Amino acid sequence: MTRLPYLKLVLATLAFGTVISILMLQVDWNGDAGSTAAAPIDTLLNVTIVISSYIFAGVCVALGYALIKWRVKPGDESDGLPIHGNTKLEIVWTLIPLIIVLALGGYSWAVLNDIENKDSDAQEINVYSQQFAWTFGYPEQGNKWSEGELHVPVDRQAIFKLNAQDVLHSFWVPEWRIKMDNVPGITTEAIVTPDKIGTYQLICTELCGFGHTTMRAKVVVESEADYEKWVSGLSQEVPKDLLFTADQALALERQMQEKSGGIDGSGVDETEKKNVDQS
Amino acid sequence: MANAIKQPGWYRGAIGALLGAAFGFFLVLALRSLMGLDAFQTAQTGYPHVVVPLITTPFGFLFGFGAFDYWFRWAAGKPTIPEDHSGHGATKWQDYFKFNTDHKVIGIQYVVTTMIFFLIGGVLALLIRAELAQPGAQIVAANTYNGLFSTHAVIMIFLFIIPVFAGLANYVLPLMIGAPDMAFPRLNALSFWLLPIAGIIFLASFLAPGGSFDAGWTGYAPLSTGAPLGQSFFNIGVQFAGASSIATALNFLVTIVTMRAPGMNPWRMPLLVWANLSTSLLVVGATPFVAGAQFMVLLDRVLGMNFFQFLQGGDVLSYQHIFWFYSHPAVYIMMLPGFGIVSEIISTHSRKPVFGYRLMALALIGIVVLSYSVWAHHMFVAGMFAWLRVPIMITTMLIAVPTGIKIFSWLGTLFYGKIHTYSTAMLFSLAFIVTFTVGGISGVMLGMIPIDIAVSDTYFIVAHIHFVLFGGSVFTIFAGIYHWFPKMTGRMYDEKLGRVHFWGTLVGTWGTFVPMHWIGMDGMPRRVADYATQYGDWNLFISVFAFILGAAQLVFFYNMIVSWRFGPKAGNNPWRSNTIEWQVSSPPPVFNFDQIPRVVGGPYEFGTPGARHAIMGDEEGAELPEPEPSTVSAPS
Repeated sequence: MTRLPYLKLVLATLAFGTVISILMLQVDWNGDAGSTAAAPIDTLLNVTIVISSYIFAGVCVALGYALIKWRVKPGDESDGLPIHGNTKLEIVWTLIPLIIVLALGGYSWAVLNDIENKDSDAQEINVYSQQFAWTFGYPEQGNKWSEGELHVPVDRQAIFKLNAQDVLHSFWVPEWRIKMDNVPGITTEAIVTPDKIGTYQLICTELCGFGHTTMRAKVVVESEADYEKWVSGLSQEVPKDLLFTADQALALERQMQEKSGGIDGSGVDETEKKNVDQS
Repeated sequence: MANAIKQPGWYRGAIGALLGAAFGFFLVLALRSLMGLDAFQTAQTGYPHVVVPLITTPFGFLFGFGAFDYWFRWAAGKPTIPEDHSGHGATKWQDYFKFNTDHKVIGIQYVVTTMIFFLIGGVLALLIRAELAQPGAQIVAANTYNGLFSTHAVIMIFLFIIPVFAGLANYVLPLMIGAPDMAFPRLNALSFWLLPIAGIIFLASFLAPGGSFDAGWTGYAPLSTGAPLGQSFFNIGVQFAGASSIATALNFLVTIVTMRAPGMNPWRMPLLVWANLSTSLLVVGATPFVAGAQFMVLLDRVLGMNFFQFLQGGDVLSYQHIFWFYSHPAVYIMMLPGFGIVSEIISTHSRKPVFGYRLMALALIGIVVLSYSVWAHHMFVAGMFAWLRVPIMITTMLIAVPTGIKIFSWLGTLFYGKIHTYSTAMLFSLAFIVTFTVGGISGVMLGMIPIDIAVSDTYFIVAHIHFVLFGGSVFTIFAGIYHWFPKMTGRMYDEKLGRVHFWGTLVGTWGTFVPMHWIGMDGMPRRVADYATQYGDWNLFISVFAFILGAAQLVFFYNMIVSWRFGPKAGNNPWRSNTIEWQVSSPPPVFNFDQIPRVVGGPYEFGTPGARHAIMGDEEGAELPEPEPSTVSAPS
């Protein structure tokens, strides 16, 4: 049995892995960054991409080498060497992935703690979602209401209290990296410290019905002064039916049913009304 | 005619279906009038006069078709009609349309049926890609679009990938372990006939008022609990597909445990048998959870229960926990049989024993155990209790270890082998190793919570699952079908067309699914009918490759159909494999073996002169060379 050219295989893997890593790192995978969470997440991603590149390269080199070296010539009907295994090698390729995933797991945990760390001067903002619109309430200003437009001051942590009025929605600004579902019946939380002034888009990322595609809102990150000016211009309070009680939600559901014209668009019939009453 | 009605079969089945439908319909009317309600209730979550017949009609059909005849006579204390095995085997195409208890007939029924659903699911996928080829609306409205991707996923998962593996194993596994049939042939036949029923129910949802189910294959509450009638079709269809899956898994478990040929101890089982053992353990434990989840949604919808109705104290998140407790193991249900197939093919075509056979088998069991502990990694951004995330992240990433063992062992099998690449089955197996590695890597990335927070519910997820399910499962399905095609049909397929199919599929898969990673990370959410114009070019690129991928499948179907009819005779063992199914004729005799074979060694003893896996009945007593002990080991 010929001895494997270990050095060459390792060098080929390192070379191929380096080429893939370099190519992959040229791409700005997650796009523009706009919050303090973006840098640690993107670094974690890049580290993972580099490690993965070498693993992928190792698999490709091994497969390629085997195919070049041991592909049979036509007419060769003989068998390969009856090797059943190699305990040492099997232990090595169990332990190395184990160490890699545990290390990446620990690193991820550290990043998670980092991005979810709450500041003492954080501002809470209420987010309300319903098919297919986003609205926002500012508790520091007496829960003043903004429809379809979210303003936050730059460099101050915002803790978004996420609510859903009907079905699941999900709160995501790609530049902030942070995402969290809005769940009917409970309030969930997304912690973001925007660090770049600009206009972004809030995207619903949980399928919520036929309007899901277009359920977006404008996000403006601005200086403290601009923000204060904007937020003091808000006049309306968050309507009561967004802070729904069962009765109010029921009334809302009936209203929406009337508006939509019932299931076949011909108006709401008695059974449908009854169904709402029973629900 | 009268005789035809008395006999189990299609006439009696049709009558049974009509009676079942009428029974369900009038049961609803009777109960509603007893309770003083209007005869019909047509709120979109209601329609009891449709929902109940949707359950009773299939049962009526199955009663009429003869699925329960034997058991009913037995239960009623009447003399049962002893099986005379006259229905075994298939001599003409009509035999495939009967309630047949022969595992080989059922295997082919399974594979052909699931391939038809693969075609249907594929057409749905191409409709999706046509819609997404350009920004803006192309061919369908937004809610129709939601229905398209929901049915695409459901058909592909419940009616293609899961059952096609069951079909392949149905044909091959009893032969492989030297058994005359499955342990419960009548249950086996019932398992098959539940499948087309599930498929028809899923597709019929397009006819329901409000269109097909459109809450995604995940059917998250409360979108699903308030959705139009089509959602109830999904809830009920899953019950039939799930029951089929569970019954088959029980059948495999009992068959593998009790019906192995003498001498086949667990360490002499081919890895495909190990893989199906593992898969069945997952199906039996996990599938009841998806059935439960869908029943709860159905009860919420139709009977106004409050499992997930948050306004009445229901808990929205509990749906996701129950659903994923099945649906994550389901990913392994869709992958482990493929691992088994690839192990068989790579060993045979590199003329070498599987490297680290025992660790390969234990890795499968390791995946089974771990996969029950990772469901909540689908819920890192779902708003569940925060502490659960880190433990689930660790178990999720640990699954990479046994999966890595499998990849490395396949590569180890190739080393020092005699690698034959003339077979399309081998090409798909080799490509699978690389493609699945990419899917596995993106899986580890998704397991890392901070990355998952950024990319979950984007096209990155779509890319990942298609790399795993298409580049993984479907590649192994093709490999398996090409590998056992000569055994099943007795004929050889065309390797040239096989190569066209292979390269078209490989290029199509990478071209379609690689760019999805990028646009997902960059900010394109999944399940959208329209997207920002900046993603237009990539989406067009993806759509073009999707159509290349689709076109390649036509070559496959042509090759299979024409070769089945006109292909050259294959011979018993065209791949010179050791396992038992290759030691019988192609196609095998109706009862598999005249005399049960005796297993005397491991399944992959290539390269050891004189080593045998099994001694067939007709060789008993003949002089057999003494196997030489294997002394060669790999260089350290």
